Amino acid sequence: MKFMLMFFDTAAHQGPSAEDPTAHYGAWGAYAGAMGQAGVIVAGHGLQRRETATTLRLRDGMRQVQDGPFADTKEQLGGYFVIDVPTLDDALAWAARSPTAATGTVEIRPVLEM
Amino acid sequence: MPGTPPATPPAAATANRRAWQAAETAARQSYGRLLAWLACQWRDMAAAEDALATALEKALALWPSQGVPDAPDAWLLTVARRELLQAARRSRLHASPQVQALLDDEPAHDVAPALPDSRLKLLFVCAHPAIDAAVRPALVLQAVLGLQAQQIAQAMLSSPAAMAQRMVRAKQKIRDAGLRFDEPGPDELPERLHAVLEAVYAAYGLGWDAIDSADGGEGGVAGVQGLRSEALFLADLVCSLLPADAHRAEAEGLLALILFCEARAPARRGPDGGFVPLAEQDTARWQLPLIAQGNRVLVGAAAWGAPGPYQLEAAIQSAHCQRRVTGVTPWAGIVTLYQRLLATAPSLGAAVAHAVACAQAGELQRALGLLAALDSPRLASHQPYWVAQGHVAALAGQRDQARTALQRAVGLTAVPAVRTFLLDRLQALDD
Repeated sequence: MKFMLMFFDTAAHQGPSAEDPTAHYGAWGAYAGAMGQAGVIVAGHGLQRRETATTLRLRDGMRQVQDGPFADTKEQLGGYFVIDVPTLDDALAWAARSPTAATGTVEIRPVLEM
Repeated sequence: MPGTPPATPPAAATANRRAWQAAETAARQSYGRLLAWLACQWRDMAAAEDALATALEKALALWPSQGVPDAPDAWLLTVARRELLQAARRSRLHASPQVQALLDDEPAHDVAPALPDSRLKLLFVCAHPAIDAAVRPALVLQAVLGLQAQQIAQAMLSSPAAMAQRMVRAKQKIRDAGLRFDEPGPDELPERLHAVLEAVYAAYGLGWDAIDSADGGEGGVAGVQGLRSEALFLADLVCSLLPADAHRAEAEGLLALILFCEARAPARRGPDGGFVPLAEQDTARWQLPLIAQGNRVLVGAAAWGAPGPYQLEAAIQSAHCQRRVTGVTPWAGIVTLYQRLLATAPSLGAAVAHAVACAQAGELQRALGLLAALDSPRLASHQPYWVAQGHVAALAGQRDQARTALQRAVGLTAVPAVRTFLLDRLQALDD
């Protein structure tokens, strides 16, 4: 089954920290590497910082374009993986290994198979 | 209490609190025994739980005004049985023959009989082979300790809804498949007992993993934080409920194993919450009385002359604990114990630990060979394997292999304190 893992973090954890710059990439690189070696990755990307987001809506025939992310929440989407694993429990196990699990929230949702 | 005037508000508050405490105490101390007896009599764990929950609600509603009964257990039991009877009469057509018999026999008096301890029977049912293995620890915890699906799900990294659903299905199976609520016969007993012990050990493991939570997985509070002491209580209970024969040996092995783990628990984290590996733990923080108790239990187990995997695992942990007294870990002896464990109960975890023990005993090439020879579909996501590989490769001076393995281990680690530790080890490789 395919699941999308969406990683929501606070601004402080979007990228490397000042005190320990290598830890961030070390942890994420290791996490992605382990998933890759386990053969479960279907797709995945890290996203650039939330300040680079732009939102678009079409209302009453008018295009509304705004700077900033969709919702002004503390935790924002920072990246995702789509993984292919046998059960939700397996997806949860991978979600638990992500750096985000300890600092933010991971949302796990089954992918709609067409 | 009969004869006393109606309570004034302050006294009512005290009466309420006392009643609540009495109900809570009765529940904590007797829940397992009451549930087990009801479940076994009616062959329906879910219905027994509901009936007991109703009885507890009624206790909280009535005891403040009626007063706390002399025998709270008996009161709860009587009310719960009445609930079950009413439910059964409503669906009499569907009741099993055993329940039909109960309806016909049920006496009209209010005095509960002396309860035989049916908890062991209930534990055997919860660990029945027909029950999904993944749900057995949860059932065991709920059956004897009254833990709820929500609490258990948190610890088991399952969605609460999924866990609750699995438990409901398991209890339906218990009822509908008419799983026997009797203790297994002599040929089945070792295997069935092993399933019970596995469930208890899994429950302990959940508490062990919760070390970084609010109260470190210890304490007497029911819930994921209290799992370690609850599982220890269960292990001790199983020993005491089993008849005094060789079947107790493995149960005592499990009890000893848990005691050794408990003994070392305070040393697992540094003052800053950092992960401390076993070899670097301050043995002064290991609790000597628990080690001594573990050794006594283990010696008692060995006296039955019925060796088994839990006794071997306990012996291995006993050997580790020797460092507290002698200052050294008897690695050669531990290697031998792992060989015996692998001979009777092969597992990936034991194979990895065996390889590490060989490395610590100075047999580096052998350790590398053992790790390289491991072949399992689970290897790719088995974190301890990659930690071991990293450790042994580093000892052997193979820095590149160590780096790759440690990186893999980091990616497979779900505990932040361990991840930090491994990242530091990675860093140290390059220094």
